[in-house]
Amino acid sequence: MELIANFFIQGVQMALVVALAPLLVGLVRKVKARLNRRQGASLIQPYRDILRLMRKDVVLAENASWLFRAAPYMVFAATWVAAALVPTFAMGLQFSWTADMIAIVALLGSARFFLALAGMDVGTSFGGIGSSREMMIATMAEPAMLLTVFSVALVAGSTQLSTVSAVMTSPEVGLRVSLGLGLVALVIVAIAENARIPVDNPATHLELTMVHEAMVLEYSGRHLAMIEIASALKLLLYVSLIACIFFPWGIAERADSLSSYAFGMIVYVGKLAVGGVLLAFFETSVAKMRVFRVPDFLGAALMLGLLGTLLLFVSRSL
Amino acid sequence: MLAVDLAILCVGLFLALALAAIVASGKPAASTFIYVAAIVPCGLVGIIGLTVLLGGVEVSKAVLPIGLPWLGAHFRLDALSAFFLFIIGLGGAITSLYAIGYGRHEHEPHRVLPFYPAFLGAMVLVVLADDAFSFLLSWEVMSLLSWALVLAHHRKAGTQKAAYVYLVMAGFGTMSLLLAFGLLVGGEGGYDFETIRAGVRSPVAAAIILSLMLLGAGSKAGLAPLHVWLPLAHPAAPSHVSALMSGVMTKVALYGFIRVVFDLLGPLEWWMSPVVILLGAATAVLGIFNAMMENDIKRALAYSTIENIGVIFAALGLALAFRANGMVAEAALAFTAALFHIFNHMIFKSLLFMGAGSVLNATGLRDLDGLGGLIHRMPVTGLLVLIGVTAISALPPLNGFASEWLIFQSILTSPNLPQSGLQIIVPATGALLALAAALAAACFVRLYGVGFLGRPRSDAARDALEVDRFSLGAMIILAAICVLAGVFPGIFLDAFAPAVTLMLDGRVPMQADQPWLTLVPMAESRSTYNGLLVLVFVAFSAIVSAWAVHRFASRRVRRSPAWDCGFPNADPLTQYGAGSFAQPVRRVLGTILLRAREEVLMPPPGDMSPARHTVHVKDLIWDGIYAQISWAINTVATRMNRLQFLTIRRYLSLVMMSLVLLLLALTIWN
Repeated sequence: MELIANFFIQGVQMALVVALAPLLVGLVRKVKARLNRRQGASLIQPYRDILRLMRKDVVLAENASWLFRAAPYMVFAATWVAAALVPTFAMGLQFSWTADMIAIVALLGSARFFLALAGMDVGTSFGGIGSSREMMIATMAEPAMLLTVFSVALVAGSTQLSTVSAVMTSPEVGLRVSLGLGLVALVIVAIAENARIPVDNPATHLELTMVHEAMVLEYSGRHLAMIEIASALKLLLYVSLIACIFFPWGIAERADSLSSYAFGMIVYVGKLAVGGVLLAFFETSVAKMRVFRVPDFLGAALMLGLLGTLLLFVSRSL
Repeated sequence: MLAVDLAILCVGLFLALALAAIVASGKPAASTFIYVAAIVPCGLVGIIGLTVLLGGVEVSKAVLPIGLPWLGAHFRLDALSAFFLFIIGLGGAITSLYAIGYGRHEHEPHRVLPFYPAFLGAMVLVVLADDAFSFLLSWEVMSLLSWALVLAHHRKAGTQKAAYVYLVMAGFGTMSLLLAFGLLVGGEGGYDFETIRAGVRSPVAAAIILSLMLLGAGSKAGLAPLHVWLPLAHPAAPSHVSALMSGVMTKVALYGFIRVVFDLLGPLEWWMSPVVILLGAATAVLGIFNAMMENDIKRALAYSTIENIGVIFAALGLALAFRANGMVAEAALAFTAALFHIFNHMIFKSLLFMGAGSVLNATGLRDLDGLGGLIHRMPVTGLLVLIGVTAISALPPLNGFASEWLIFQSILTSPNLPQSGLQIIVPATGALLALAAALAAACFVRLYGVGFLGRPRSDAARDALEVDRFSLGAMIILAAICVLAGVFPGIFLDAFAPAVTLMLDGRVPMQADQPWLTLVPMAESRSTYNGLLVLVFVAFSAIVSAWAVHRFASRRVRRSPAWDCGFPNADPLTQYGAGSFAQPVRRVLGTILLRAREEVLMPPPGDMSPARHTVHVKDLIWDGIYAQISWAINTVATRMNRLQFLTIRRYLSLVMMSLVLLLLALTIWN
């Protein structure tokens, strides 16, 4: 019986992340529009976009290979699995021990790897420019993220996200310099990895500065819809990750009562909303930077991550 | 019959094959015969290794009455040798299978066939040797035979330089090993490993021996800054030999390092381990960065070998640091990670070199800028190489990720190290290894994206044909192992555990007891990873989502010309090439590591000549160390040249003077 309940909660989590992801994107867009004094599209516009794309034909470039057609599903699957393993409203999910933080970083790496390959597949200049820049950003962002993971893991004594959240809620952790540095680093990485301003502009097309959008330029129809869902999922994953590591309050314990799950769900949605609004504020208040300034931005994250880890190596109480 | 005798018998078989190859190499069927026949002793060696490793047979020794008259040749087969025998046997057997097909395209088979089995035999002997003399002799024979194989295509541009640099570096490496064993043996002169193991050394002597091993074994494995020969020599050889050199021979070099440092040398002070860790981490970043800049597929793969060797050395250094502090479980974890990465690298690097060989056979090209679109022309090779690049980029759920994950876990156990020096170095190493892993992904997206995807950049690439069944068969086996070792890493860790126990008196927890085949390096609460479930989840989600979309949304496909933002260009050269893909990373890191400089020559307005964009890069290690040494030797040699033209009187006075000086020195000494 308990097993069935655990499976059920894991299933709820998987469904929840997919269902909420476009809403988060819609929220960010809406808040950004309001900050620009525009009316903005409705909150559920991303759902409508995805449905519309799903129903359309796929227009495939003549020399696209099987990799190009398979990549959207692989990217979606890798991102979805990664998102399903992050504790959102409940800890100790049935499969949370399958992959730890390092494996989640690497799963996102797999998704990026296949998307970058798909960008190279048709053999256009825009696809290549997007892929090469995406991989350049990743070479800086991934080490920064791993170092943040290291410092969090050193504080918690574990790389399992459920254990990390549990340790972080306990009173003995308190405020720590290294965790503060880690939080800043992870936020910078999240901005870069999700192709947000100032690293990349998710709203732009036909610009030489774009990265992510250039990579997926050849996609259309249901393939594009899968990629859109995957990138929305990725945004949700990063917000959930930051929430469950640094703000783990309200997450239901394992085998808790139904009401605590419901409470966890409400708190989680609240956290997502706060994250989305903060992101929209941040994006509105900064300008996009030149692509070769991005390494400096990410280098700062790398150094902060390294500093946080170093502090923990030198003294476990910092 | 003892296991070690059987293994020596296999060496005999290899030698017999080499002799047969000399006799028969004129015949057209010789190549097929030699490669088919080579599978037998390779397979035997692999099976012997595995059996001994799994504990089926106890440690066995043999003494042959050859070699030095008062010493004989000692051979011994313990768990560590067995692990490396398994690596050599498995790698050799699959490479031979590949070569059955690949070798048919060889223009001068007599330059490859005799050396190939002998090279395999020499590697087996290195691993079996149980005295300093046989070890060094086998090592040197291995070096020379691989040198001969590098020279197989001796008329090709660059091969002779590659072979020359390799010979010089191999000579230097063996000299360092000779000195290391000289110090190990000491004044009494017990050359067999058992006597050496029993000896006691001062910490300084041990540190010198470790440094000499880093020079000797490190140069053969490709540790920076001694790696310069590797990206020249490995690609110059025929592709199956490249696979063997990169996949297996570098591992034999690592065996030499492990055997001496972990086994013969005895306890080491902790302050030597940071050298190994830092050299390894620096090698990893440097190697993969150079791979990213390289346009030649095989050279890029050779540079990536350097990266992986660096990763392995970093893990071994961590194991040394833990062992020096008596942290057995942590040391066992780092050492196990190193062994697992040794195995994994042998598998995926062989696969990738074979893929490069297939591309070379199909197109005659090694330059990425001439390739493209091969996934359409060579679908099976394309898929297999894709598995290889995914594995080597350390992406789950394949094997490269499993071993990198273990190495990261072992870095995370190191805050317990008492020395503050290590506490600063180890997290920095973690950062460098993470950077190397991220760069590896970028490097292999570039390699695969430019080589196999996109549109063909030359006629040769457009007309490429799929390779033969033997080559594909060998690559299929390797790709399957990549998946299996990634999905069931626990089985491999359990199998390698006896070698770890032998070296460190400890091991990682028994993985077979873990539920759901989960990988548990220390304790369940600390960290777990389950490759099988990750694979099942990803595959399940991908299939279900694809099915749902096709069932409920739309399944129609229309083909049309590429969109490319409205400006498609039919010229394949408008695609992103190897150089353009590397440009962002080169701009970010290359200005430091390679002193990369870009120069844009714009003609003045009105002038119709084309603009030029050139990139200048400097190999700092080559220019800073090797060119300087070569310059110094040349200068001294030119000066010394004068001695050749003296009169007999002066020669006699020279002899007289040196005699007097020597006697003086002796008097002062006493």
